Amino acid sequence: MSEAFDPQRWRPAPFLPQEDARDPALLFVVAVLSFLACLTALGVIASSRAAQGWTDQLTAEATVIVRARGGETPDAAAARAAEVLAGVPGVSEARALEKEKAYALIEPWIGDVADLDDLPVPRLVAVGLDARKPATAAALGRALKAQELDAVVDDHSVWIEDIRGAAEVVRWIASAILLLIAGAAAAVVAFATRAGIAARKDVVEVLHLTGAEDGQISNLFELRFAGIAAVAGAAGALAAGLLGGALRLVGGGEGITPALPIAWVDLLVVLPCPVLAALVAAVAARITARRLIQRL
Amino acid sequence: MSRNAHVAAEDASADEILRFSGVSMRYGRGPEVLSDVSLSLPRGSFHFITGPSGAGKSSLLKLIYLAARPSSGSIRLFGEDVGAAPASILPRMRRRIGVVFQDLLLLDHLSAFDNTALPLRIAGHKPSEYRGDVAELLAWVGLKSRMHALPPTLAGGEKQRLAIARAVVGRPEILLADEPTGNVDHEMALRIYRLFVELNRLGTTVIIATHDQDLVARSARPVLHLDKGRLRPLPPQGPVE
Repeated sequence: MSEAFDPQRWRPAPFLPQEDARDPALLFVVAVLSFLACLTALGVIASSRAAQGWTDQLTAEATVIVRARGGETPDAAAARAAEVLAGVPGVSEARALEKEKAYALIEPWIGDVADLDDLPVPRLVAVGLDARKPATAAALGRALKAQELDAVVDDHSVWIEDIRGAAEVVRWIASAILLLIAGAAAAVVAFATRAGIAARKDVVEVLHLTGAEDGQISNLFELRFAGIAAVAGAAGALAAGLLGGALRLVGGGEGITPALPIAWVDLLVVLPCPVLAALVAAVAARITARRLIQRL
Repeated sequence: MSRNAHVAAEDASADEILRFSGVSMRYGRGPEVLSDVSLSLPRGSFHFITGPSGAGKSSLLKLIYLAARPSSGSIRLFGEDVGAAPASILPRMRRRIGVVFQDLLLLDHLSAFDNTALPLRIAGHKPSEYRGDVAELLAWVGLKSRMHALPPTLAGGEKQRLAIARAVVGRPEILLADEPTGNVDHEMALRIYRLFVELNRLGTTVIIATHDQDLVARSARPVLHLDKGRLRPLPPQGPVE
């Protein structure tokens, strides 16, 4: 055995024992945190896409409620309004809805009444707007007023604002969750570093007394925990990516539900996870190790 | 010819490698383990530190290898005031000191070869620069056939020699040894002592803390005698080598 040792073929062994790098508990915790972080990121992207979809849809449309005036019938007023609106710049189409649709809208309030023809039920005109340069609600209102039509224009701006506000809230909540997850990962790594240094006090002490700089010693722990976190981050990202892919497959083009549409490209969001996990671990290990080493 | 211990503080000279001026030390709020120690050691000297258990021998060595700071007084090492030196230069000063620790402090997961090469790796040397030297040194201390062995598989004397190899591999300017012959038989103790003498001949300043009065008497080297934390001069005894 001893004859087999050839100094010329010798390679330096790691200062820290290799078996310490296999820390299943730490791997598991960081992998779970990475998985949750990736799911959160996927959720944010999906909800942002949903919000954008709804906003686009609402921006492209306006609804005009037309009430008949004088001797004009509601249907005639609606038809005239549609004609006027179709001529306004920024309007791609204007269509008076059938009276059945107007009746259906008021049915919840007045019940199933057989004949509503005697009542002055307002009619609706659906207006399609030019996506590039949509007509404003004010322009539509002016055009209708010019033709002495009694109408109210709803350009959905209230809804759009609400959806945008909700999407913003979701983004803030997700950012807070991601920060919390990063903080939890950093705390776990700091704890593991402390335990790692305590378990390898002999190595730290010998290196210190043999003239190692504090940075050289903390680097050992930094690299070790960054490595563990990178592997755990990759595992968590893979699991989240697989789950995201499954949701995309199950839900078809719209994802699992139209409320959370996932696109294949969204799955790329998990890619930076191993690097970010390694960075968070490296910073946490560095700060902890330096603080402990300086007390030697 | 041996040099005499300069127990009293003297004027700093170019040849002075270590100076203690009124150094006292205590651990936390405990009693003083060293009291008002002053000494000056010339470069290339060879000294023993003797004294009963608890006299402060290990604490004195700790101060020299910069593992502790004095509670009062000043220490000049390699011409630098250690107390005033920025923390950033202490690692570089430690690299100029080789230490054989009382409990050896070998790393059990590293081979004898890796343990010996450790100071050179820390100093940033490339393996190709020192492979040969490390192998040669291990052969010199009688561990040629044990280079691959892990410390737990080595005998007591082998561990001791491995610790010595690690302490001297970086060609330190000062070699400190804390009870280096404490766990070996008389034969081995003499062998280790001869190794230190050889290093001293090559220019290393050697300081050995020991209980081995027989070794001290045989060597006729100057002695720094500690008693209850105070330094008492003892003249060299026995024949001069």
